[in-house]
Amino acid sequence: MDENRKLKAFACQIRMAAIEAIHAIGSGHIGGALSIADVLAVLYGREMRYDPQDPKWPERDKLVCSKGHAGPAVYGTLALKGFFPYEELKTLNRPGTRLPSHCDRNKTPGVDMTTGSLGQGASLAAGMALGDKLRDRDSRVFLILGDGESNEGQVWEALAFACAKKLGNLVVLLDWNKRQLDGWTQDVYPMGDFVQKLQAFGFDTVKVNGNDIDELVPALERTRAGGERPYAIVLDTVKGAGVQEVAEKVMNHSLPVSDEQYERWTKALEAEKQAWEVEA
Amino acid sequence: MKIVYDGSMDPRLCKSVLGETIPALAAEDPDFIYLDADLMNCIGTAKWAAANPDRAINCGIAEANMIGVACGLAAAGFKPMVHTFGPFASRRCYDQLFLSAGYAKNDITIIGTDPGVTAAMNGGTHMPFEDMALYRAIPGATVIDVTDPTMLISVLRQCKDRPGVKYIRVGRKSYAKVYAEGSELPIGKAVTLREGTDVVIFACGILVHEAMQAAKTLEEEGISAAVVDCFTVKPLDEEAVLAWAGKTGAVVTAENHNRIGGLTSAVSELLARRCPTPLEAVAVEDCFGEVGPQGYLQQRFGLTAEHVTRAAREAVKRKQTK
Repeated sequence: MDENRKLKAFACQIRMAAIEAIHAIGSGHIGGALSIADVLAVLYGREMRYDPQDPKWPERDKLVCSKGHAGPAVYGTLALKGFFPYEELKTLNRPGTRLPSHCDRNKTPGVDMTTGSLGQGASLAAGMALGDKLRDRDSRVFLILGDGESNEGQVWEALAFACAKKLGNLVVLLDWNKRQLDGWTQDVYPMGDFVQKLQAFGFDTVKVNGNDIDELVPALERTRAGGERPYAIVLDTVKGAGVQEVAEKVMNHSLPVSDEQYERWTKALEAEKQAWEVEA
Repeated sequence: MKIVYDGSMDPRLCKSVLGETIPALAAEDPDFIYLDADLMNCIGTAKWAAANPDRAINCGIAEANMIGVACGLAAAGFKPMVHTFGPFASRRCYDQLFLSAGYAKNDITIIGTDPGVTAAMNGGTHMPFEDMALYRAIPGATVIDVTDPTMLISVLRQCKDRPGVKYIRVGRKSYAKVYAEGSELPIGKAVTLREGTDVVIFACGILVHEAMQAAKTLEEEGISAAVVDCFTVKPLDEEAVLAWAGKTGAVVTAENHNRIGGLTSAVSELLARRCPTPLEAVAVEDCFGEVGPQGYLQQRFGLTAEHVTRAAREAVKRKQTK
């Protein structure tokens, strides 16, 4: 349990780091960054094998954040893990930055794949997983997909491929945060039941509360078994999770962050983080 | 490199060359990997692929995903070579080529078979006149329109190890023999097939043969035509193009592609800036493709030796009246 408390504190830090970056430039993709903070905490705090001193180490586990607009959450995580200085988060989207709005493997130390045009990360992750398998590496590839992103046909081409090629070293994390840019996914473009769809494709599929570390930890741990079926975890999340004011705003895909909000949200998250740490 | 052109056809079909060269590259280089979208049987790789499932990946009829997978394999340290028909190797997966390959710097080679009128009996849906235009617009890409089977082998080998996005367009059937077997054709270097003083014909792909035939006719009329094989449409051999345009003062471009975006565009963009020269184009005039035998289609779209001859006469005339 102690470890999970540390991971919960880490998730608070990731949220603060993402807000730090977005506040520095004034606005950004905050909703979808906050919804994946918990899974990033478990991935980089527990599940993944990597070396911040050698970000391109071939034997590492890889993350493809196919919903590339969640870059600020990924950058926050990487900065906290020492891939680059925390202060650099404030350069988000500034001219010449290494931290562009959408993830770029050629710019940011620790970013394993370039994403942003939705759906493409799915195929890239499948190719990376196949490559690791053919190289007999025991590393794994984690693919974060958005629920809105799954409107893209390429996502389903890639998922079919992953099952056809028996990529048991691929773990799909579908961020079911129920909102996309134009509003609720149910209103914009209902996609049906993701668990049933992924199961029908051939994935070993579970659904967990994606904003609950206690549920994420065992769900990710069981994917270590590998095998011939790729894994899918449907993350039942809230877009904007961790900052109530953001979560309550339906249209929270991209929002400005004022100085006052930054102070208030950071203070609350810092208090939450300390609570987890103290009791740990 | 040795030029052996005499107008006769090379007995080797390009599909057979692909079917032999792809397994050979795999045997030579452990990093090489081949991907196809359910068209292995069209280029004779299926049997070898079945026996080598770790070296040949059938991605099914899902080209966008195939490009992404190839890029992921490149990121994992492989040298992927992808094949499908030209339209599906370009239009069908363009954003993936542009971003997952080009922008993300995942180096892959794409073979698009049956470009332009060589798609013949498959008709308009399968007939890309715009594939080179699309690839040319990808920063840093290499675009090659193959002239004959010997060149095909040479560029396949070079592309495997060349950085960036590399597109090879080639018909599956027979080509006129231009180069002696074993010749190496360095990418980016145009080849002067025939010297001339009155006009230069810059050609690529199946139009190289037409240009050579046209040059013979022109010679009989007293017009001395140079023929330059511009098989690397990008990066264009600017030095060669400028030299020949300057020397002859009249230019014809000849390509199995829309006039917009291919060799004609590449040559025009250069000459307009650096050496304005009268230029006539033998190319598809902004049309969609249609079904029919290749011979019919070359007539239909104006891609024969006769069309090249007429264009050369016109270019020479414009030079004289300037």
